[in-house]
Amino acid sequence: MDFGFNQEQELLRNTARKFLENECTSEFVRARMAEPAGVTDAFWTKLAEQGWTGLVYPEEFGGTGLGFVDLTVLMEEMGRAVMPGPFFSTLLGGLTILEAGSAAQKKEWLTKIAGGEAKAALAFTEPNARWDAAAVAVTAREAGGKYTLSGTKLFVLDAQVADVIVVVARTRESKRPEEGLSLFLVPKGTRGLSVKLLPTMDQTRKLCEVKLEDVVVGAEALMGPRDGGWTPLARVLDRATVALCAEMCGGAQRVLDMTTEYAKIRIAFGKPIGSYQGVKHRAADMLVESENAKSLTYYAAWAVDENVPEAPLAASMAKAYASDAFRKIAGAGIQLHGGIGFTWEHDLHLYFKRAKSSEFTFGDATYHRERVAQLIQL
Amino acid sequence: MDFTLTPEQQAFRERVRVWLEANIPREWKSMGSTEVPRPEAYEFLKRWQGKLHEGGFIGVTWPKEYGGQGLTFMEEMILHQEMALQKAPPMLNVLGVGMAGPTIIAYGTEAQKKRYPEKILSCEEIWCQGYSEPNSGSDLAALQTRAVKDGEHYVINGQKVWTSLAHMADWMMLLARTDPSAPKHKGITYFLLDMHAPGVTVKPLKQLTGDSEFNEVFFDNVRVHESQVLGEVNNGWAVGLTTLMFERLALGFGLQVRLRISLESMIDLARRMEKDGRTVTSDPVMRQKIAQLWIDTEALKYTGARAITKLLKGELPGPEASAGKMGWVETNQKLQELAMEIEGPYSQLAKGSDRAVDGGFWQYAFLRSRANSIEGGTTEIQKNIIGERVLGLPKG
Repeated sequence: MDFGFNQEQELLRNTARKFLENECTSEFVRARMAEPAGVTDAFWTKLAEQGWTGLVYPEEFGGTGLGFVDLTVLMEEMGRAVMPGPFFSTLLGGLTILEAGSAAQKKEWLTKIAGGEAKAALAFTEPNARWDAAAVAVTAREAGGKYTLSGTKLFVLDAQVADVIVVVARTRESKRPEEGLSLFLVPKGTRGLSVKLLPTMDQTRKLCEVKLEDVVVGAEALMGPRDGGWTPLARVLDRATVALCAEMCGGAQRVLDMTTEYAKIRIAFGKPIGSYQGVKHRAADMLVESENAKSLTYYAAWAVDENVPEAPLAASMAKAYASDAFRKIAGAGIQLHGGIGFTWEHDLHLYFKRAKSSEFTFGDATYHRERVAQLIQL
Repeated sequence: MDFTLTPEQQAFRERVRVWLEANIPREWKSMGSTEVPRPEAYEFLKRWQGKLHEGGFIGVTWPKEYGGQGLTFMEEMILHQEMALQKAPPMLNVLGVGMAGPTIIAYGTEAQKKRYPEKILSCEEIWCQGYSEPNSGSDLAALQTRAVKDGEHYVINGQKVWTSLAHMADWMMLLARTDPSAPKHKGITYFLLDMHAPGVTVKPLKQLTGDSEFNEVFFDNVRVHESQVLGEVNNGWAVGLTTLMFERLALGFGLQVRLRISLESMIDLARRMEKDGRTVTSDPVMRQKIAQLWIDTEALKYTGARAITKLLKGELPGPEASAGKMGWVETNQKLQELAMEIEGPYSQLAKGSDRAVDGGFWQYAFLRSRANSIEGGTTEIQKNIIGERVLGLPKG
């Protein structure tokens, strides 16, 4: 057993931290918040040059072929920098293509994604705001070898910049919601596809409403077996959940670091505020929660990477814990900073808002606790 | 990162499993478990620990020449996991095995290392810990029990309190002040004290559970030979802190495992109890609470595993280890509260009532858990330690 990162992973962490400290500064993040894209071409190119847009894809598709634990390290650092932009959404789309796509589909899209030439998105959730298979009401009707997609997707990450959107649609009605789902590749500009960017509380995360008004795609757009889309999608959702948890852990650690530093230098009643137990004890609580969130996330990363039977349980445990922990830590960070923590100028609110958007992405703590209850056969 | 076991470790697991299946006494019925054994089980647990020792399943990380097995923390962890899975009885000489033994092995003279550790493992000699005093609890270094040199002996006078197992202990890890003029951390010496020596008086303290597992210990001119000093004279604070470090490690293994046993028992309880006309496990709110406890318990396990990884790589325990005790306390207290909630109105009925659930076991466990956040360093002290030594915040 080895519950640690290897040398290459530590190196990746150092490289990512330095890169993001230089390239993803507070000014950069704030400029992206104010714009629809959330990313610049120059920045995206640099991510691709680092090999990160293709980190987890096989080398035959231009990727680096690294594992999920490596990705966890990178996501943690991106969370630390509260990095905006479509990296995560492209990962979601890419992972789905990797999981369900044909050789030709993978070659076409993963090569472009890895090379930084294409961005992707995953359109799964809908206005019913569910995270299980019953979420999908968008239909895809087959006629003459073509599929017609109709309905509305909501809370779609970064669809406004996506070159291709992976759409989850219902090809067959079934008693079990997991049956009859199919995955489609819908390129940007397809007739009937419209994307509306929605104002978000967390401006570093761009969410869209995606309307499919009789979008016609050919049979070559179908990924994986027809009606059998849930199995690969469920695996992607677990992986995406763990990647998000890693990002949340990175953000939580950054808030703790900022708060600890501030508590050492801010003087009140003649002493640094960190010497008072009211502050010190809350900081200790933040540390414990941050470390526990990491432990569950790292284990889940290994579990999904190895695809052990416990992987879904591990993913849900991590997300339930991290959702609560990041929210509490970000809130405590503002509280311990006092008034300065409530200003627009200070970066704390970026993390506070990111904690909230992450909490409700891929299921909140309540959703995942119930899933844990089911998986432990309660 | 790799959570798989080597073939040797697998074989060890198998050996432990088979041995436990064959040797856990049939009369032992575990329903959740508290960290300190109850008095009525002492004799039974003494025999159980002897058996564990014969099987070579205790002190597995201790060197062979002192009665251990010379294995790594990995085997220790596997052992504890298997014990949890099979709901094995707890260890009686927990303070000896968890603290006294490792500290003696770390600081002892060759004679001390030959004399004490093996008898700790076999449970022939039971140990208690003489740290806290009426006027020094959290501020341990303020302790006032005096040890005055008289020829080859030290003469001990003073009082200890909250001393678990003192009423049956053969030996005590004693911290006493040998130099009152030195700064408070620098005048303390660590002694290995014979509890049967003249002048040692043990008085049980009745706790809010009704049990007497703690004691007051009085020293009236107790003579201790200088060969009984562990480590250097006036260096007792460093030696004592080592004990506390081992205590935290022991917590990481043993208590986390017992927590898992309690959790399984609590879930079993939830399956048997009803709330509003359906089983507790069908109630969505209760499902949330039980799942959260499951997650908290797993988080402790993996945070502990990260600390073990560091140990195996030769690093010192980091923030993960410091967080362990606090996390365990919070989780166990939450678990015991939840057991009461699961029982609902039945939680009011105690041992002696034929209507009491599980013979009133959970009522005792609930009451006992109140001490968790005080014993072995209060939660407030743990937070100071984390704040100051891990986060580097200034002292108050």
